[in-house]
Amino acid sequence: MGYRNEEIETMPREELQRMQLSLLQRQVRTMYDASAVFRGRMDEAGLTPDDITGFEEFRKVPFMSKADLRDFYPDHLFVKPYEELVRVHVSSGTTGLATVVGYTKKDLEDWSECLARGMVSFGMSDKDMLQNFHGYGLFTGGLGVHYGAERIGATVLPIGTGNTDRQIRMMLDLPVTAVAGTPSYMFHIADVCESRGIDMRRDTKVRLAIAGGEPWSDSMRRKLQDRTGMRVHNCYGASELYGPCFLECREQCGAHVWADYCYMEILDRDGNPCADGEEGEMVVTMLQKEAFPLIRYRIGDVTSLTWERCACGRTHPRMGRITGRADDMLIVRGVNVFPSQIESVIGEFAFLSPFYHITLTNEDYMDEMVVSIEVEERHLTDDMIRMAEMKRQVEDRLKSVLNIKTAVKLELPGALARYEGKAQHVTDNRSYE
Amino acid sequence: MMADDEILTQLSIFVNNEPGRLAAVAGILKECGVNMKACNLAESNEFGILRAIVDDPDDAYERIKSKGLIVRKTDIVGISIDNVPGSLFEAADVLGKAGINIDYGYAYASKDREGLFIRVDDPMKAAEVLKSAGIDIIRRSEI
Ligand SMILES: [Zn+2]
Repeated sequence: MGYRNEEIETMPREELQRMQLSLLQRQVRTMYDASAVFRGRMDEAGLTPDDITGFEEFRKVPFMSKADLRDFYPDHLFVKPYEELVRVHVSSGTTGLATVVGYTKKDLEDWSECLARGMVSFGMSDKDMLQNFHGYGLFTGGLGVHYGAERIGATVLPIGTGNTDRQIRMMLDLPVTAVAGTPSYMFHIADVCESRGIDMRRDTKVRLAIAGGEPWSDSMRRKLQDRTGMRVHNCYGASELYGPCFLECREQCGAHVWADYCYMEILDRDGNPCADGEEGEMVVTMLQKEAFPLIRYRIGDVTSLTWERCACGRTHPRMGRITGRADDMLIVRGVNVFPSQIESVIGEFAFLSPFYHITLTNEDYMDEMVVSIEVEERHLTDDMIRMAEMKRQVEDRLKSVLNIKTAVKLELPGALARYEGKAQHVTDNRSYE
Repeated sequence: MMADDEILTQLSIFVNNEPGRLAAVAGILKECGVNMKACNLAESNEFGILRAIVDDPDDAYERIKSKGLIVRKTDIVGISIDNVPGSLFEAADVLGKAGINIDYGYAYASKDREGLFIRVDDPMKAAEVLKSAGIDIIRRSEI
């Protein structure tokens, strides 16, 4: 198995870090000159680009956060004019919380390059045909994986999301060797194949998979591999980075975070760097982005990062699985959900009290969200038809705000637990075993 | 006879869907000395409603409420149904033709009467319609 760019991919750590530092300094300088927002924050922190003489000094640079994306919606953090942009993606979420990301031509090339390196690292080549389950359109998953695969000369089947019958028909009829999508959809494909007596090992040529876009685990990977005969590689990304970006190599021991594209910090609760391999909050600086640079962006994911040399020969660090969130954001069926969105919907209905609780489950790895909400006592009625109508109204409104189907359970006043301190609004019973 | 007497008061007691919760509510009713003449248990995904016709509903309402239960008074109508085939059909037909919707109903039987308690959108009108069709209604004083 070769490399896509052997010189960079096997560069000694010290050299990589020197490269990272000079790219960091360049990004800080560019942002300082181009973004009034960033310059204002640097000024407030008493910093100029010249002060960033090392990684330790860089840690003084103020964070960017999801709130910035909301406050500067839609495009006030872009530092290139639209003439230089060749594409815009918009992440899922409500209008107020959607993330709009712009790309220059070079940004698209860099994004594709990140994925192309990753694909080569687990053995994909121009001989492969990739069936892309990811949705095309505003979502970054579809086009991101598509361009990455084309960049290594693989044949792409841009089928997109859904229509399982047709997906399976294509796998049977065409020499598809690789698939990309969410792990839960791959389990669904495996279920449907089994129910129809289709053995993916015998009846298809699919042997490789790229899975991401939602939390999953190594034990899920083992099950999926056992059932389908595919080698499944984890993928990490987010629209703020570019889209899906980092892939596991053939060793399947964490996605390689390309150090020439991304400087990833893992911080403890006090904002100090975690030791190698230790879990903490991920903070991302993209080193090459032009249109929408991110500097010390608190993406909210909790993971670990290790520079321990990978058996594949690559020197770039590897990140662990995402084990949680640093904020209260929930990811339900790949969609970002904030409890505050649910609270604001509850506030729209006079018959609902402010007491609510969210319960998440995932039978067959398909997320289900139930929101239990207490009814205001004076609006309780003996009329079950009216109660069912109230419930339906809230469900419809949640669906349109959150973009995912949500079940509502109306509760009697006083039925939900009360908390003395911070309310515990979420019970996450999802299991990735 | 005053029209008031023709409208009956049902107590609707809201019960959480938890194991043992109904037993707990029944225990409280017993403790309050509430004597049920008829009752019906309705369930939804969310919670149950125990609908009850009791002696002296106003007093029972206060006593149940003071125990911390959620209780509502609901106006309902009692239709007397003789042991005659077709009498239920007759009553329902009369209401239907008058455009009165029956939300729910449940049976009642005592030593000397059989009947059906019904919840309708307009109980006063329902009582009038039934009476003018010659259908006997159960009065408050008769329970
Ligand atoms: Zn590796």
